[in-house]
Amino acid sequence: MAPEYNMMEMMICVASRYLEDGKTVAVGTGAPCAAAMLSQKTQSPNLIILFEAGGISPLLPQMPISVGDSRTFFRAVMAAGMTEMMTTCSRGLVDYAFLGGAQIDKYGNINSTVVGDYYKPKVRFPGSGGANDFASLCWRTMIMTVHSKSRFVEKCEFLTSPGFLTGAGAREAAGLPEGGPYKIVTDLAVMGFDEETKAMRVESLHPGVDLGKVKAETGFELVIPKQISSTAPPTETELKILREEVDPLKLVIGRA
Amino acid sequence: MKVLDQGVNPIFMDPDPDKAREFFRKKPRAMVDKRMTEKEVVEKFIPDGCYLAIGGFGANRISTAVIHEILRARRKNLGFLGHTSTHDFQLLAAGKCLDRVDAAYVVGLEARGLSPNARRYMESGEVQVTEWTNYSLAARLKAAAEGVSFALVRSMLGTDTFKMSGAKVVECPFTGKKFAAVPALWPDVAVIHVHEADMYGNAVFRGISVADLELSRAAKHLIITAERLVNNFTIRNNPTATSIPFYLVDAVVEVPYGSYPGNMPYLYFSDEEHLAQWMKVEKDPKEFEKFLEHYIYGVSCFEEYLERCGGLKKMKELQKLETLVEK
Repeated sequence: MAPEYNMMEMMICVASRYLEDGKTVAVGTGAPCAAAMLSQKTQSPNLIILFEAGGISPLLPQMPISVGDSRTFFRAVMAAGMTEMMTTCSRGLVDYAFLGGAQIDKYGNINSTVVGDYYKPKVRFPGSGGANDFASLCWRTMIMTVHSKSRFVEKCEFLTSPGFLTGAGAREAAGLPEGGPYKIVTDLAVMGFDEETKAMRVESLHPGVDLGKVKAETGFELVIPKQISSTAPPTETELKILREEVDPLKLVIGRA
Repeated sequence: MKVLDQGVNPIFMDPDPDKAREFFRKKPRAMVDKRMTEKEVVEKFIPDGCYLAIGGFGANRISTAVIHEILRARRKNLGFLGHTSTHDFQLLAAGKCLDRVDAAYVVGLEARGLSPNARRYMESGEVQVTEWTNYSLAARLKAAAEGVSFALVRSMLGTDTFKMSGAKVVECPFTGKKFAAVPALWPDVAVIHVHEADMYGNAVFRGISVADLELSRAAKHLIITAERLVNNFTIRNNPTATSIPFYLVDAVVEVPYGSYPGNMPYLYFSDEEHLAQWMKVEKDPKEFEKFLEHYIYGVSCFEEYLERCGGLKKMKELQKLETLVEK
């Protein structure tokens, strides 16, 4: 019998599989950190975890609550700083970064700054933090988010962190180095980006989810390829490690 | 260097390196006893309207004691360096102390969520904002620390973050490639919390530096708060460990548990219950007023705040939660 799991566990397991062994990944708190930790404990033991505040390759004892708390440099190889981390990204040494936000558009741009008028916003969010830096400077950015029409919008009200901006050629024209969004992992599906147009495309549907549901929860037209695969559900091993070693206090997986 | 585009929002501080040099020319270098109280440093170095920066990372290695004193002194119209700020920003928003912010990360407390009061404050429109990123602000401090007027970064390009910044897109004279030029930032005053300092200001912090090496060199006035004072011999016995030399420092305040309710690496973890209480009580402005009266305005000093939060017993519990202490 297939194991039972919740949607947060599904997202974390799926995201963890994209992180290749021996690569570097910049993570935040919460689900991205869980995905990176899980990947280390399953397929990618030599994955190098980095935190923007300065923690380099810690042996994470548990989930951090801040990207600058003590856990982020527990038995790390180095306790560095913001400039060290971001210049490492700028030099091309950081392969993956995880981002989050209030809105994401069809070119993978993210809004984490404001909704409404900038000078008198309806909602003020934190802003870029290090997200714009990561989205500009890392090779592949990844997003884990709940799939809903209010989040997946035609155009972000404020473009905080760059995806492919306005589509093919736009990053290059703006002066950004090669890079951009790679995979978007939601509770319904995995999305990638069309090689030609750089628009978001559906790549695989999670078990029990049909394409209609994904379309209904997306506020723009997705690229639909001829073949859409089915996301492999979490394995028993993945779930066991996630629940017992990565997040035993259910700080993240308990949120589903 | 050709300027191709520019952000629309103001640069709050003059990026002229010669004006900064003129200031530093007159800065006293004497190795003298700089010990003061929180009250004295706020009185002397943090006047209304000045531009303030806090070291550490939001709720990690921050100078809570001095920020509380800024609130009690009812400081107004401060400029603020809003990079990686969380509980520090939450406090200054609670005191309505600000009128302009260089924002990279404000109103949030990372995995803990968004501060309802800080959001209301920033949504009111009464604080002028210029947008940046965590690294572009670190780079602005780095330029100031180097004594030059700008730094180049590859962040912000092509985004609204750039549009709402004070940066410029420039063309590289060698490769023709585009970079964002960000102006040097010399804050009027920075407050950095450290593990140890001597009375002259030689300071040692352990763990990640965040942007504090840059900030300590960029700030015109620098206040050090330290978990404990050590003698000058301890510093001289291991100069490799020194993070900040004394001549950058204007005042030294000894504040045990000074980063509380934030985390102080190797000593104590953050008080997540207390921080959660902040988030909860902020939802109701009336309740929040009472809360601030109880914890900040109604106490005479930081030690009294610590007492109201559970005192030494609570601090010992937080020591047990600290990951970096071998158990």
